[in-house]
Amino acid sequence: MGSVIRIVLQRLALGLLTLLIVSAVIFGAVNLLPGDFAQAVLGQSATPEAVAAIRTQLGLDQSLPVRYAGWLWDAARGDLGVSFAQANFASFTGRVDPSATVLAQIAPRFANTMFLAGVTAAIAVPLAVGLGILAALWRDTAFDKGANIATLSSISSPEFFVAYILILLLAVVNPVLPSLSNIFPGMSFGERLEKTLLPALTLTLVVTAHMMRMTRAAILNLMAQPYIEMARLKGMRPLHVILRHALPNALAPIVNVIALNLAYLVTGVVVVEVVFVYPGIGQLFVDSVKLRDIPVVQACCLIFAAAYILLNLTADILSILSNPRLRHPK
Amino acid sequence: MSLWFWIIAALVAIAALARVGLWAARKLSGNAPRFRDMSYGVAFGYALALAAIAAGVWLWMKPGAVYFRWAVMGFAICAVAAYLFRLMGRHVGPESLKRQFRKMPLTAAFGILVIILYAVVAIFAGWIAPHGQEAVLGAANIVPGGDPAMGGDPAFPLGTDRIGRDILSRLIYGAQNTVGLAFATTLLAFFLGGALGLLAAVVGGWLDQVLSRGVDVLMAIPSLIFALLLLTIASVWAEGARGLMTLYMVLIIAVIDSTRVFRLARAVGIGIVVMDYVEAAKLRGEGMGHLVFREILPNAMAPLLAEFGLRFCFVFLTIASLSFLGVGIQPPLADWGTMVRDLAQFINFAAFAPMVALAPLLPALSIAVLTVGVNFVVDWMLHRSSGLKS
Repeated sequence: MGSVIRIVLQRLALGLLTLLIVSAVIFGAVNLLPGDFAQAVLGQSATPEAVAAIRTQLGLDQSLPVRYAGWLWDAARGDLGVSFAQANFASFTGRVDPSATVLAQIAPRFANTMFLAGVTAAIAVPLAVGLGILAALWRDTAFDKGANIATLSSISSPEFFVAYILILLLAVVNPVLPSLSNIFPGMSFGERLEKTLLPALTLTLVVTAHMMRMTRAAILNLMAQPYIEMARLKGMRPLHVILRHALPNALAPIVNVIALNLAYLVTGVVVVEVVFVYPGIGQLFVDSVKLRDIPVVQACCLIFAAAYILLNLTADILSILSNPRLRHPK
Repeated sequence: MSLWFWIIAALVAIAALARVGLWAARKLSGNAPRFRDMSYGVAFGYALALAAIAAGVWLWMKPGAVYFRWAVMGFAICAVAAYLFRLMGRHVGPESLKRQFRKMPLTAAFGILVIILYAVVAIFAGWIAPHGQEAVLGAANIVPGGDPAMGGDPAFPLGTDRIGRDILSRLIYGAQNTVGLAFATTLLAFFLGGALGLLAAVVGGWLDQVLSRGVDVLMAIPSLIFALLLLTIASVWAEGARGLMTLYMVLIIAVIDSTRVFRLARAVGIGIVVMDYVEAAKLRGEGMGHLVFREILPNAMAPLLAEFGLRFCFVFLTIASLSFLGVGIQPPLADWGTMVRDLAQFINFAAFAPMVALAPLLPALSIAVLTVGVNFVVDWMLHRSSGLKS
């Protein structure tokens, strides 16, 4: 058991190191900008005094490593800086609003995005595993071929295509679900779920296809094993062979695929949130990209990258824990 | 709640149908081996298929289900076109080509047909399109369909957009801009990633370590997010010059996607470098260029070609998504992602005139059909070259 903990700790340390390097890449990329933010924010017509004031206010007059260390230290304590758009506004009113910090903007939206991802996972994971088992059970039948075409099409369609088809069918022609997800604090859970359902369904369609194909492949990989042959020869039913003998052994790759697809959700969420005007972190990210609000872009990027690395790390650790051969490496 | 009731009732009915049907088939056929040995699971599958067909027929008959009828018709047209194309391929052309078509699945034939069609439209867009892509033609917001009673105009079969540009022409020019840019980006990503990957495989040592660790770090950031971050920076650099923004976008996506190509090229290259014929070439005293281009590249071609198809799909979808978000290909160039975003409001009027929904859905459909086609072809190529099952 000791070696497992050591391996897991090793992976965690490696993940933390990756995150550190990624944060340096993000910070470095932003500082490739010619001139500096102050000029970029205030535009060409800014007076030198205003530029200098913003520079000292944002700490831009210090050297690059010092600024990186400061930014990282602040970010680790939860202080992600002040949004440019809000800072500009504050410079007119003369006081910095506590809600102008990047953290105050991101926190509620982050919760919304996690809610969306949670609803999606709750629908997609059972559906994908169930359909994958059925496709493996009925392989090379019309169902399997139809599922192959359907999943390949859904993987290769852009998310907004799936989203608009669902809006057309479920919100416009048959108005059963709302097409805009205007979520606000203080909503009841049921109401919130109803507003989240259409974006969650879109993401489900995109993610399920991939998970289902991998589940089917993982089970079919095992079907040639001698113990499956044995189970079949002793007269076990096909469904029981899969559920009792193939599925437990296929669990490791399936869990891995689920974690990887949840990591994929991180990027898929951006487009879908924009389509449904869902007040999540992806929407904020795209808006900030358009406004060139660099502190917010930086912070969102860091959060997305952290979530992505964390989920990949989880997939890695789960596959180690579930595989005795990886748990006791030679 | 009634929805759940109906779903459960339908499932119970299908289960009962499978049980009764299996029993009846055994009785009627005098216990023929086909039905005697059929397990309940398979019978349930057949019952499910029957129910699905019945539901399809019922939907087809329903007067309101316009989109379902269109979808079924579109699917049928695609299948027939692919079948005819494959039939043509089997009887026309040189023998080697005919042999390729003989064992081709219908999906792959469809994919090849789609790729050829898109290439023709993209290359000859200037001749095919009735109007220019930037031409503002007076009347705005003309409904697609060309029916004057519904607010259409026969001169603009797919209608016009908010400022009066012909949607059909923009759709055709979109093939040139969107597909062309995606193709150029993929080529660039391949030159960059392929060359560096093969170089890392041949040289090895510290160069391999540096490149591989660098790629590891870049791949730890989700690609769409990283692209958006770099585009923000590029937009400050470009200072609003739209042509420059499009160029920066191509470069950024090429660099991000070249990391994935690098991984594959390096992995394939390392497998080939240890082969005896490479050793022989080294002993002959051949230079680096000869090693990479004459010995390794020809043998790495099959996986790289399949990767090219997949990579093209990813690049194409990324560009479309970025354009949809408003930071990709910049106006006035016609582009499918931007068109979907601009025309999206039309969808809200679909309940009154079904044709209206076509305006935003057609550009999105154009994106989807091309990626589906390319994926079908890649699927077939992988299946054929490696006997890959799944």
